[in-house]
Amino acid sequence: MPAHDVLIIGAGLAGQRAALAAADAGATVGLLSKVHPVRSHSVAAAGGINAAVGEGDSWEDHAADTVKGSNFLGDQDAIAVMCEEAPREIRHMEHLGVTFHRDRRGRLATRPFGAASRPRTCYVADITGQALLHVLYEQLLRHGERVQRYEEWFVTRLVQDDDGAVAGCVARDVRTGRLEAFSAPSVVLASGGAGQCYQPTTNAFICTGDGIAQASRVGARLMDMEMIQYHPTTLAGVGILITEGARGEGAHLYNAKGERFMERYAPDKLELASRDVVSRAEQTEIDEGRGFPDGTVALDITKVPRKRTLEALREIVNIGRDFAGIDITREPIHIRPGMHYLMGGVKVDTDGAATVPGLYAAGETACVSVHGANRLGGNSLLDTLVFGRRAGAHAARHAQAMAAAPIPSAHVEDDRRAIDAIIARPHDGSKVSDVRRELGATMHRHAGVFRDADGLRSAHEAVQRLREQAHRAWIDDAGTMFNQDVLGALELGFLLDVAECIVVCALERDESRGGHFRADAPQRDDERWLRHLVVDRDADGRPALSTVPVTITRWQPAERRY
Amino acid sequence: MPRYALRLRRFTPETRPDAWWQDVEVELDAHRSVLDAILEARERDGTLAIRFSCRAAICGSCGVRVNGRSGLACHTQLGEAAATASGGVIVVEPLGNMPVLKDLIVDMDPVHWAKVASVQPWLVGADPGRELEYEVAHETMVDVTQAMACIQCGACVSDCLSLEVDPAFVGPAALAKAYRFAADPRDADHEGRLRRLAEDPHGLYDCTHCFACIEACPKGVAPMNQIMRLRRMATTDHAIDDGNNGRRHEHGFVANVRRNGLLHEAELLTDSYGGRLHPRTVPVLLESLTAVSRALRRRKVGLRDALGHPHRGRFPEIARYVDEIEGRPERVELNLYVSGYDDEDPGAVASAPSGEDGANAATGPNPRRRRP
Repeated sequence: MPAHDVLIIGAGLAGQRAALAAADAGATVGLLSKVHPVRSHSVAAAGGINAAVGEGDSWEDHAADTVKGSNFLGDQDAIAVMCEEAPREIRHMEHLGVTFHRDRRGRLATRPFGAASRPRTCYVADITGQALLHVLYEQLLRHGERVQRYEEWFVTRLVQDDDGAVAGCVARDVRTGRLEAFSAPSVVLASGGAGQCYQPTTNAFICTGDGIAQASRVGARLMDMEMIQYHPTTLAGVGILITEGARGEGAHLYNAKGERFMERYAPDKLELASRDVVSRAEQTEIDEGRGFPDGTVALDITKVPRKRTLEALREIVNIGRDFAGIDITREPIHIRPGMHYLMGGVKVDTDGAATVPGLYAAGETACVSVHGANRLGGNSLLDTLVFGRRAGAHAARHAQAMAAAPIPSAHVEDDRRAIDAIIARPHDGSKVSDVRRELGATMHRHAGVFRDADGLRSAHEAVQRLREQAHRAWIDDAGTMFNQDVLGALELGFLLDVAECIVVCALERDESRGGHFRADAPQRDDERWLRHLVVDRDADGRPALSTVPVTITRWQPAERRY
Repeated sequence: MPRYALRLRRFTPETRPDAWWQDVEVELDAHRSVLDAILEARERDGTLAIRFSCRAAICGSCGVRVNGRSGLACHTQLGEAAATASGGVIVVEPLGNMPVLKDLIVDMDPVHWAKVASVQPWLVGADPGRELEYEVAHETMVDVTQAMACIQCGACVSDCLSLEVDPAFVGPAALAKAYRFAADPRDADHEGRLRRLAEDPHGLYDCTHCFACIEACPKGVAPMNQIMRLRRMATTDHAIDDGNNGRRHEHGFVANVRRNGLLHEAELLTDSYGGRLHPRTVPVLLESLTAVSRALRRRKVGLRDALGHPHRGRFPEIARYVDEIEGRPERVELNLYVSGYDDEDPGAVASAPSGEDGANAATGPNPRRRRP
């Protein structure tokens, strides 16, 4: 049985950063990922990473923008930690080799991004996530003796000891199908978001909420689960992301009548209002008949000087050409809001500690909460690095005084039986893929940009019905090597757990704030709802909701205008 | 919606010892991807294995060969694939040069990742203790970004002809990665990197300049171009006289073309080893006699071409071009990413070639200062 001081589950930016930080703190580290680390979804982050590195900028301004962007639901102590550490963390990554683009003096260049009071987003063309992720992986190769990598291992469950502390996990070797218990006194969940609850989504197929569901199943508290971000610019049809960097570099939005409609919704910031504001504006235009027949509005990147587009937005030049057949330097491209990010997740403190002893979480899996009701573009990469580092370092410290305890083989046997049972299901009724497709459509329809109580209630019923179906849903592959079918069945369980939390929280919060907009309660209601919704599990394993206060230090809630 | 026929190469060692073909049909729009078609097929038969994740050509998971050409399944449109399919059937196979594990999944560890790991794939910081970022020219970061844009999908490794002949060749992806550090002004080990690659008999000079990796790469990394730039850095900038005779061969090649106007192959060998009378040349010349006589017998080359100087004097301007380019204080390298600001040099974009291929349209000049 592999035993380490710290187990990290997920090898995107948060996981790799946590692994290196834990190793730096002297811990032995095991890093598990269901895909090769460079395939992690952090690789798709495009536009950049925020830090107050420019002359005249300050972390306090960055924090103030983040607080306002969160529609005052972000915890201000956590936001202060993130923004204050940002310049140091970015320079650390630069020293490791990230090829951040430069200004004329050779210093870090910054580009404007949504809801930021000044250009604050450091970038590598529009492949910033890839640039960061690959550099961290280089460091893992360099320090191979300190971080043991388990690439293509799928974690099936977390394991607790008799006192309820996390003691490790069970994982399946994707290549061989072998199940194995991994033991560690500290476990860091960094397995990303749950975008696949929705269809379409900008998220990769692997974003199935594994860590969030697994944490919740061992009793960890979740927070802000109703807060879903729809990104304003995704390709119609397939849902591929067009970076906010495009608007940062000067692109405009137009409806089918040729109106630059953001003038009506955000007269000061226009296209660079916060993402929730821009997405709602677009959806309103589309719903009220001013969109194009394919249910879109137009993003006009021809406003950006061509040379600049070719240097700084090359990836979306390729996306336009390869996925929409359009030269974005010469004509507008049709876009619409698309599911993009989960602000909520496993509730953690600023050291990454969850409510279960020994359990840590970072990145999109976690909710610190620095994003509150709406995340700013460029803050997610920052979140992964700052809180990945802190979670890794604190997980290492937690493990110091403790030894890894052996995991009872019953846990492995349980999962082996569960997997055998999935394979043995009779081939009638729904397939796993059918259930997953209906879940995605349901969530997009009822828990998207605009929500109301009736729709959310029907979504809740649908999710419960789909859960029943999922218990019987069958698969084709009975083999052991790369049985992606059986992993898909396990992922469907995670997705349904997360989707249920999203729906019940969205139903509970009868106000509108950030990414959560209730058409039947369109105002923000600070008196009742300047609070986080948290989800625990009752005795039957069903979600039990309650609220906790928002941490407010120096930025008092005010009206939010862009 | 159009119908597409696909023939998928299956390998399911748990149930059948040999690879087999599965024919599937899908109905999808022409602009949808080969990956979409494969996933549609998977809905009907979930035993079909392929790595996939982002479906937006950035995660690098779904490298396959479509109609014999390597690339990403998500980045290959069905309409295009059908147009190049023989008999109208789109053939999908796993990547080449790597062992197949199951269906369309190959083991990248022993070939691709082991080679990436062999080129010291991390920055050796010139000033690790510094507090602020390195102050470096914007152009250098943009330049390195092209090689850095590699998503490690393995398409170039799959199509590399040199790897087919010499499995120990470091290969295009790892060499592109090596360029990324050798050209990074923050790195302190340029010379060491270049020397190791130049001296490695399976390294820098093992590339045969066949362009296959450039065609395969879905991200415009153009690995072969990066290999050629590594060679220019090793030979011209660092004057590394390698045991593989790479530097002398490169210089001999240029001297040969300058002298003859076109390449005169009969003299290439002697040029590469320092001239006909050089002591290094004699054993090599003797060794080559068998090959020369075989070529003559098979009429690959005529006696007149071998001994005469068929091009001499026909292109006097070539010498002038070579002298002019070699005499410049800066070497101009072409890079995929345009760099610079719009208020500077507005002519650069207008003069860049534009065509169907947006990647070419984005090509711009990037000066690299010559070392004294």
